[in-house]
Amino acid sequence: MKQMMFVLGALVWAATPAAAQKKPISKAKPVAKPAAAAIPAASLALGKTLYVQNCLSCHQADGGGVDRMNAPLTKTTWVLGDKTPLVKVLLNGMQGVEIDGERYANVMPAFDYLTDQQIADVLTYVRNSFGNKATAVKAAEVKAVRAANKK
Amino acid sequence: MKSTTSRYLLLATAVAGSLSLAALKNEDKIVADADNAGLTLPAGFGALKVADTGTRARHITVTPQGTIFVKLNRPTKEGQGILQLREGGTGKATVVAGFGNYGGTGIYSTKDYLYASSDEEVFRYKLNAKGEVTNPTQPEKVITGLLNRQQHESKSITLDQAGNIYVNVGAYANSCQVKDRQKGSMGRPNCPILDSAGGIWQFRADKLNQTYGDGTRYATGLRNVVGLDWNAKSNQLFVMQHGRDQLHDNFPELYDTKESAELPAECLYALNKGDNAGWPYTYFDPAKNKIMVSPEYGGDGKKVSTGSYLAPAMAYPAHTAPNALLFYTGTMFPEKYRNGAFIAFHGSWNRAPEPQKGYYVVFQPFENGKPSGPYEVFADNFAGTPEKANAGRPDHKPCGLAQGTDGSLYVTDDKAGSIYRIVYAKK
Repeated sequence: MKQMMFVLGALVWAATPAAAQKKPISKAKPVAKPAAAAIPAASLALGKTLYVQNCLSCHQADGGGVDRMNAPLTKTTWVLGDKTPLVKVLLNGMQGVEIDGERYANVMPAFDYLTDQQIADVLTYVRNSFGNKATAVKAAEVKAVRAANKK
Repeated sequence: MKSTTSRYLLLATAVAGSLSLAALKNEDKIVADADNAGLTLPAGFGALKVADTGTRARHITVTPQGTIFVKLNRPTKEGQGILQLREGGTGKATVVAGFGNYGGTGIYSTKDYLYASSDEEVFRYKLNAKGEVTNPTQPEKVITGLLNRQQHESKSITLDQAGNIYVNVGAYANSCQVKDRQKGSMGRPNCPILDSAGGIWQFRADKLNQTYGDGTRYATGLRNVVGLDWNAKSNQLFVMQHGRDQLHDNFPELYDTKESAELPAECLYALNKGDNAGWPYTYFDPAKNKIMVSPEYGGDGKKVSTGSYLAPAMAYPAHTAPNALLFYTGTMFPEKYRNGAFIAFHGSWNRAPEPQKGYYVVFQPFENGKPSGPYEVFADNFAGTPEKANAGRPDHKPCGLAQGTDGSLYVTDDKAGSIYRIVYAKK
């Protein structure tokens, strides 16, 4: 295990300079921003409706949450990072988890009664609102996390 | 030569000394800040910012000797969960000491002791004749092992005049649902939370290492109390309850968002030993002026409770979060304030999507130990602007209240850590 970590670390270390070297090239020929184009407008609109119905009363209209009670959704690692733990927050609920150095007292209930598509839409909306910018969440991704979550 | 110099020095010192004495005399009433520290107040009142601590300043107490102690929600980087402040001649104070490496809310002082709470325990520190703590690193543990399950964790405290201490143990749930805050989830029968939380516990103030078995559940059916105070006039404990959240979120077919923003009232209760205020089975509807059955326990927004629960002594706007209660016994403020109650409303979040509300200190008139007549907003604009208040993004959140030795009113803020002092300028 330790050896594997080392190998992984070495790979990351080896890959970093390569990426850094590539940067000036991509700068010379700017790549079209695929992230912005990949967010479906319909998903955002449906996501907003779902947010107002299910999330707004705790996380607030600006996504800023409530001091020490309800977690903020603005530029946190939970919202912008790996999608799997984020989907799991909706499927299982959450309490007492430290978010960027702060704890939030209130319980977040599970929203597992929302469909895969609804969870995908609301998360896509959250990941692209309140100053956030991140890739869309797809229903198939939610479905996969839900299937694994059942175990 | 030498002696002449020292004589001049002595003279200079004497002059300076008498000047500062004169200054102190003029300072008999502390001068308010030009902008009243950003607050709006009734005519004749002024306010100054005593200190900007930059901490999460929860409750505050002023000892009979005039020492200010503030309890912090979490300790500073230096491991100080209690700040001791000393005021200069102008009323501006500096932090002179810090101790108690634990976060919490409750703080209370007598002539001899400073009491402070973490979210599980209550400690006391011996005060000397100057009102300074003599054992900052070795407090006595008065109460231990109180339940803390993150939600409603504050252990607010107050003392009566018979050597008892009262502690809030908040319920670790919104409405005792099978699944907390889950849409449609019904209430747990015979709510088991009430065994060890959701009420006020009474202990002896001078006995050490007490826990549940040593105390008495003084009152139950109180979801969460952060502001409480002993009324010396009526010899009775008064508490402010934080009412339940999320009627619309959890039962959208019974309550729309507007109703959910206005229900239930934040209630003041006058407690007697053994009282039951009805949480989680009931809530108070201020428009109907009735104790209603909670939807988790078979209510539908219309069903009035037939249980024998304590009625509130007074009701205030929903979700505004009363975090401090103080009976005013001073003589600085005009007569009408004497023996009335000040209540600090921390401000709401659960009125969204309706505008948020609170972030002010209210005055509740009392007569013969009972609330009498409507409350009035006494100190407002902690938020900074009405827009910030409406958005639930205030600059300051009032959280603690204390009466100064001269009868001025201290207010803490756990958002930016400002300490305010409100004074009355005698005409």
